[in-house]
Amino acid sequence: MDNKSRLFPVVRTAAALLISFATAFLIIVCVSKTPLESFYIFAIGPFTKMRYIGNIVEYAIPVIFSGLGMAVLFQAKLVNLGGEGVFYISAAIVSFAAIFFIMPAFIHQSAIILLGAVIGMAVMSIPAFLRAKYNGSELVSSLMLNSILLGVGQYLLNTKLRDSNAGAQVSYKFVPSTAMPVIVPGTKITSGLLVALASVLIVYILLYKTKWGYMLRMSGINDEFAKYSGISTFAAVVLAHLVAGALMGMGGAVETISMHKRFEWTALPGYGFEGCMIAMLANNNPIGVIGASLFVGYLHIGADLVARLSDVPTEMIAVLQCVILLLVSAEGFLQGLRQRWIEQGVK
Amino acid sequence: MEDYILQMQQITKIYGNGIVANKDVDFNLKQGEIHALVGENGAGKSTLMKILFGMEKPSAGKILLSGKELNMNSSNDAIANGIGMVHQHFMLVETFTVAENITLGNEPKKGLFVNTAKAVEFTKELSEKYNLPIDPNAIVKDLPVGMRQKIEILKALARGARILILDEPTAVLTPQETDQLFIELLNLKNQGYTIVFISHKIREVKKISDRLTVMREGGHKGVFITAEVSEQEISNQIVGWEVNIELDKKSRKKGDIRVQVKHLSYYGSNDVLVLDDVSFSVRAGTILGVAGVQGNGQVELIELMTRARDIETGQIKVNGKDIAKLSVKQLRDTGCSYVPEDRMRQGVGADASIKENVISNQYNKPPYCQNGMIQQKPIDDFADRCISEYEIRCGSSATNLSMLSGGNMQKVVVARECSTNPAVLIAEQPTRGVDIGAAHIIHERILKLRDAGSAVLLISADLSEIMRLSDSLIVMYDGKIVAYFENPEQVSEQELGLCMLGSVKHDPKQIRRIVNG
Repeated sequence: MDNKSRLFPVVRTAAALLISFATAFLIIVCVSKTPLESFYIFAIGPFTKMRYIGNIVEYAIPVIFSGLGMAVLFQAKLVNLGGEGVFYISAAIVSFAAIFFIMPAFIHQSAIILLGAVIGMAVMSIPAFLRAKYNGSELVSSLMLNSILLGVGQYLLNTKLRDSNAGAQVSYKFVPSTAMPVIVPGTKITSGLLVALASVLIVYILLYKTKWGYMLRMSGINDEFAKYSGISTFAAVVLAHLVAGALMGMGGAVETISMHKRFEWTALPGYGFEGCMIAMLANNNPIGVIGASLFVGYLHIGADLVARLSDVPTEMIAVLQCVILLLVSAEGFLQGLRQRWIEQGVK
Repeated sequence: MEDYILQMQQITKIYGNGIVANKDVDFNLKQGEIHALVGENGAGKSTLMKILFGMEKPSAGKILLSGKELNMNSSNDAIANGIGMVHQHFMLVETFTVAENITLGNEPKKGLFVNTAKAVEFTKELSEKYNLPIDPNAIVKDLPVGMRQKIEILKALARGARILILDEPTAVLTPQETDQLFIELLNLKNQGYTIVFISHKIREVKKISDRLTVMREGGHKGVFITAEVSEQEISNQIVGWEVNIELDKKSRKKGDIRVQVKHLSYYGSNDVLVLDDVSFSVRAGTILGVAGVQGNGQVELIELMTRARDIETGQIKVNGKDIAKLSVKQLRDTGCSYVPEDRMRQGVGADASIKENVISNQYNKPPYCQNGMIQQKPIDDFADRCISEYEIRCGSSATNLSMLSGGNMQKVVVARECSTNPAVLIAEQPTRGVDIGAAHIIHERILKLRDAGSAVLLISADLSEIMRLSDSLIVMYDGKIVAYFENPEQVSEQELGLCMLGSVKHDPKQIRRIVNG
């Protein structure tokens, strides 16, 4: 019975994915003149070329960071949607370091990623403190913070970084030493992937093998129990925020110097919210975040291809993501099956 | 076959956390009888009655009402079929009048408005008909518990109940109110109503019921005609073996003072004085029992002692150290352990494993943690030791606490709190809702700690527990210590009861002298 009860979240996620694909198919049938072809492009297309597979991984790298960050927060039962703002401001500020400094490549890149982490921690310490000290909702404060950080980033871009020779609202070009090296030929997958995978490992160890992780998880499971046991829930709240902030800040930095030549975001990039879905799909397990990120990357590339090669609009992907999120986050979904399993197990 | 008005056949109920609450239970009612359903906490009585009242759906089995199968989806269906229930916790709108509560949901209307006069009249007729006198215009929150229970009964009758389920109706009543209730129940019985009386008080069952069904560990263990069985036989059936649980309690060796509470006063919400100049001390190697009806300051006292609240006036010393400024962690580091009353709220992390639960008070100490890293091997060994020593029934130490029964969960809590060999143990209702086997293990462990030199403060609503375990006993009433007993085993329950009700008080000066001694 124990094994089965552990299997249940996996089955539920799989069922949610299946239903989402059926939904995708339905949508395509409704809007496409050649539904079978379009669905083929959507479902199989992303695997037909090395370049597309590369695209999936490229997409997955930043969302691994935000998914990890959200998993840490969720494990501590904190709902902080500040990942958006952290990604954005981290990218904006590390752009200074990428434009105005010249260093040996490896050191330059490491310094930029580290800077991103520090920025993330600094930003996240605000909702962390408000929550830990005054029990202010981290959800509200982090959402408001997003708007503030967007404004600050825009200001920096327009007044300090803007390249007046470029036609668009973009920064000066980064110095070449900042570009992270491509590690898979034929794609644009950079060493950022290694940083992401290393982060997964570190977060896993932190959560499950250290006393800080124990403290954080117990506070999330039952904070009254944690307090009663002598665990500082203040420390747990702050720790979860700082770790998540560092991860998301790193994500912003890695994305900036992997995929961009200039700072060119004029709106929040969307990675923060995507992190929510990924953490949920992964059941807040750091290792699961890798698979969930690749899956979300796959959906995106599929949607891109459909939009480019067929008559289906790319907005479909948003609908699809919502369906997945709804099904995965709905606690009661497939509860009947779970009950039957339990009853069988007992008998 | 006999003529049963209601038959429950082969009822099985498995809850979402895998707990089997009922297994193949048969339960039959005859028209016009008072049928007692007896068993320990957790034996499955309440679940069975929730199924009968339509609040839970059985996993298997069927219910026949006058021979016709019932298929109920909610308690509305049960009410429609003439089944009414009075819950242990009353479901009344406190700010409404009696008449409003009784007619709630099917109020007599006058246009768009409620016809209050008619509701009052209806209530009056009802109370006269069933001989349950009550003032229809009284506001519920002003009424004592016994009256509120009457409203609940009337409410069920007003909705056409022919079968009445009463869940532990006497748990909240004084002896006088209980007598009154019994007269009313017999009156209803004579009018042809069928009554299910859930209780674990054997004496009351013996007095009021015609027949009784015993439940144990989720199954039914027999149906008896009450007049034909003795109290001893009933209790043997409930427990499942000859009730003879003698605790091996050695004579005590008094040690130094470990806990000292001095002139502790505390104002609760609404500026009510909930603790009034409380002073006592607990010595090493002794158990001090705290008796009292719930809500007389015990909860606040414990919260102050465990640093869940800040001390306002007075002083608490543990091991000679003033605890006013300590964090929970620092307090635990002075050697203080605490078994909380509400294990689901405080005592366990339900979604964490047994391993993770048993180390929550020493997760950051060697050998379980070295240089910040959690050490799996010592934790596994420790958890396995707890499981075998406390006979915790579980799959493995990796099983989540939410999969365990209440008794086994409580064993995890007690195992954790006792494993540190605490200088001071505060045990709050340590065996509430726990089966007798588990309770016995827990009692043994607490005595073992005492013999090893711990000072134990035992707070319990279970009088027999407190009288058997304690070396000395204080009684709390209205925020004060009103009585002190040196040899609790020789005190009669009646004597203790009078103190708990505040009608007998010992001389405060004398109490203070002894308690501080």
